[in-house]
Amino acid sequence: MSEVSLVVNGRKVSGAVEDRTLLVHFLREHLGLTGTHVGCDTSQCGACVVHVDGKATKSCTMLAIQASGSTVTTIEGLANGADLHPVQAAFKEHHGLQCGFCTPGMIMTATDMIRRHPEGLDETTVRAELEGNICRCTGYHNIVKAILAASKTMSKASKSKAKKAA
Amino acid sequence: MGIEGIGARVARKEDKRFITGAGRYVDDMVVPGMKHAAFVRSPHAHADIKKIDTKKAEAMPGVIGVLTGRQLKADGIGNLICGWMIHSKDGSPMKMGAWSPLAVDRVRYVGDAVVVVVADTKGQARDAAEAVEITYKERKSVADAVDALGKGAPQLHPEADGNLIFDWGIGDAAATDAALKSAAHVTRLNIVNNRLVPNAMEPRAALGHYDKAEDHYTCWTTSQNPHVARLVMSAFYNVAPENKLRVIAPDVGGGFGSKIYIYPEEIVCLWASKRTGVPVKWVADRTESFLTDAHGRDHHTTVEMGFDKNNKIVGLKVDTIANLGAYMSLFSSATPTYLYATLLSGQYNIPAIYGNVRTVYTNTAPVDAYRGAGRPEATFVLERTMEIAARELGVSPAELRRTNFITQFPHQTPVIMCYDAGNYGASLDAAMKQADYAGFAKRKTAAAKKGKLRGIGMSCYIEACGIAPSAAVGSLGAGVGLWESAEVRVNAVGTIEVLTGSHSHGQGHETTFAQLVNSRFGVPLDSVSIVHGDTDKVQMGMGTYGSRSGAVGMSAIVKALDKVEAKAKKIAAHLLEADEGDIVIENGQLKVAGTDKNVPWFQMALAAYTAHNLPQGMEPGLKETAFYDPSNFTFPAGCYICEVEIDPDTGKTDIIQFVAADDFGNIINPMIVEGQVHGGIAQGVGQALLEGAVYDASGQLLTASYMDYTMPRADDLPSFQVSTSNTPCPSNPLGIKGCGEAGAIGSPPAVINAITDALGHDNLTMPATPGKVWAALRAGAKH
Repeated sequence: MSEVSLVVNGRKVSGAVEDRTLLVHFLREHLGLTGTHVGCDTSQCGACVVHVDGKATKSCTMLAIQASGSTVTTIEGLANGADLHPVQAAFKEHHGLQCGFCTPGMIMTATDMIRRHPEGLDETTVRAELEGNICRCTGYHNIVKAILAASKTMSKASKSKAKKAA
Repeated sequence: MGIEGIGARVARKEDKRFITGAGRYVDDMVVPGMKHAAFVRSPHAHADIKKIDTKKAEAMPGVIGVLTGRQLKADGIGNLICGWMIHSKDGSPMKMGAWSPLAVDRVRYVGDAVVVVVADTKGQARDAAEAVEITYKERKSVADAVDALGKGAPQLHPEADGNLIFDWGIGDAAATDAALKSAAHVTRLNIVNNRLVPNAMEPRAALGHYDKAEDHYTCWTTSQNPHVARLVMSAFYNVAPENKLRVIAPDVGGGFGSKIYIYPEEIVCLWASKRTGVPVKWVADRTESFLTDAHGRDHHTTVEMGFDKNNKIVGLKVDTIANLGAYMSLFSSATPTYLYATLLSGQYNIPAIYGNVRTVYTNTAPVDAYRGAGRPEATFVLERTMEIAARELGVSPAELRRTNFITQFPHQTPVIMCYDAGNYGASLDAAMKQADYAGFAKRKTAAAKKGKLRGIGMSCYIEACGIAPSAAVGSLGAGVGLWESAEVRVNAVGTIEVLTGSHSHGQGHETTFAQLVNSRFGVPLDSVSIVHGDTDKVQMGMGTYGSRSGAVGMSAIVKALDKVEAKAKKIAAHLLEADEGDIVIENGQLKVAGTDKNVPWFQMALAAYTAHNLPQGMEPGLKETAFYDPSNFTFPAGCYICEVEIDPDTGKTDIIQFVAADDFGNIINPMIVEGQVHGGIAQGVGQALLEGAVYDASGQLLTASYMDYTMPRADDLPSFQVSTSNTPCPSNPLGIKGCGEAGAIGSPPAVINAITDALGHDNLTMPATPGKVWAALRAGAKH
């Protein structure tokens, strides 16, 4: 058993875990954060993506003890209170989800993707960067649409913020 | 159309919980005292179980129980069954072999469950499962259906001589032979429809909880039809009588058919919960899903299609061998028969058809309905044949289809179905226009200049949804009726709950069903809740599959709403001192037509419950139930066009454009319908280009993870161009045909027709991987 201590969705958490405990199991079973899903055993499907220190990470590919000392954001911590994150809002508006199982991972991946591309995104880039996330319901059509829309919304928002600051 | 009513592009009510991580899937459920199960599965395709030694496992940390098939049998748990009786041509019933939830003496496929271990944690259960010692004596195995029918093939079940489950026929064999004999041209081909794994993103899971005090069981399960699960587990598996068994299918992460069936694991979890005295949860890992979820397709078919000198089809003869795997899954017999061969007329006027289907046991996972279920196989047979026939006859693929389209409705085919409405020419025209079919030659030339091979292909599909009526399917062998139920509860404040036997696992029922209520009564969507997936809440239902929830499930709601409306109007007429025939419902009010006299919906509802002032003799309350049994199937149809570009150096196929023009009848929410089509096309393109379950000669599944089985990813697919041109369905009150499976049905032949057009020959099987296309480019002959 090992002690882990980390910040999850802004809260300090700690606990004793078996050494083999994966971050995803720590989140789901120790913290009850069941929004992060397990869809495969081989780090292929991306249903488990969370942000570790701001970067999209497959939480099934990381031991909980490796994440000790990190700051983790899960799908439950993405919205600002009652206000949806723009990526969440875009997935709803553009019907970027059906059964909802891959959705948390998709949204966490998309959020990181948009952050890494402040210059904006195009369809080819979005499709290429979704390589690590599998969806069986949507054919990706509306997921791509949602991410492109969210990217635009967020870039407008950051521009207007920058303008105000200037 | 109101802003939230039928026809409106309303964002989904259910999305909030999914985008915030608040969805509740079976693996998210926690029950006090809950423990975890792991299954010990057969590593062999075919073997006798000689000895099971559980001692070491029982002594492992955290282990609560290690249970075997013998104990399960001793407790009277029954075998799994196939619920649709098919008779062979000679009149004999299908040969169903025994399928025990835990194998007792023999295992018949890799993944067959043998022992279950229950322990404090999932990790401990898995550790202990590895410590169970099973001695097997291997038998020879067979994975391929054609091989399984061969002389000397290993026998799977004593009941099925030669591994043949049934040899079934439909249509008129003699008339078809005569027609083919007289034909001016006969197109012949062999077709393999590749075996697929459904791969819902949420792996199957079950949580069984036996309550000793009440002698009552609760089962949370990843099911598309919890009521059927309860019925079958009660009536056949002897788990518990229905009044002692509650089945809950909460949020379910996709199904595509694979979650229709009742599998060993939910039965075992319920039984193990009673045996061990603790709630028992099992969640499949992905490899377990690959090994044990019911697979789809896997047909070998020979086709002969005859044409007269005017290119009119005169006859069609189809001979199919369908692999059903090691055991007969719940609807496995219906999929390659009544869901397949009854669609062999396609969109075409074919005077004589004969279909012969032999189903076969093999040492592979059970095979059952997967999105489209039989209809993709029929469409692939027909639309590949039409394309090849057009090439052979030297006419354009569109013209050959147009020449043979059915244009008069109703149309009785020679294979049971009576098509009620359609306009196949309209879909073809719409698709060709959208795809700029006429401009293809120019694009092909331009691509050739870049060293790329362009091809274009089409597919005109028809399918049958909302399998019905119950009496008809009963006469064809179905063990259940295929109606649907609904209950509409108007609360005292006017809000509404609709209880439905349909189950939503991605289809958006919580939104579309509420849109229907909004259209009828003007009640805002937020005031309408759709309740489903719990046998304690909804009395009975048949679940969601076969694109039936709109056509059948919503029709049941319409019938219940009709009754609510009738009573509501009576109450309003009484309150307004008007004739009930003069009451109309508009904008959330019950009005006396042509006057300004009205009573708001919520006041009428309150009056129903205060019962202070109701018509003489009327019962208080406002709640109505309906069971709806359709009068016919529905027949969605459409035309799909795919344009591809192949890199001859690598064999890689890129889809340049994919156009879908569908006829779904009336549409409740176009946004959701488009989403269904997108997803269906992705699965169809997956079948055509990427996906294939591969067993090796020893019956090992080589494609048992996402490292090995190629799932379509975002960069494998283009954005799709989808549209509809609709003819309302005359067979149900809303005119709905269904849209859930069309994409998966229509797309594979469109893709393969496009690739073979680019290749210049037809020597290609699915999935058309770069390797196969590259080889085909070098090996094939010109057509």
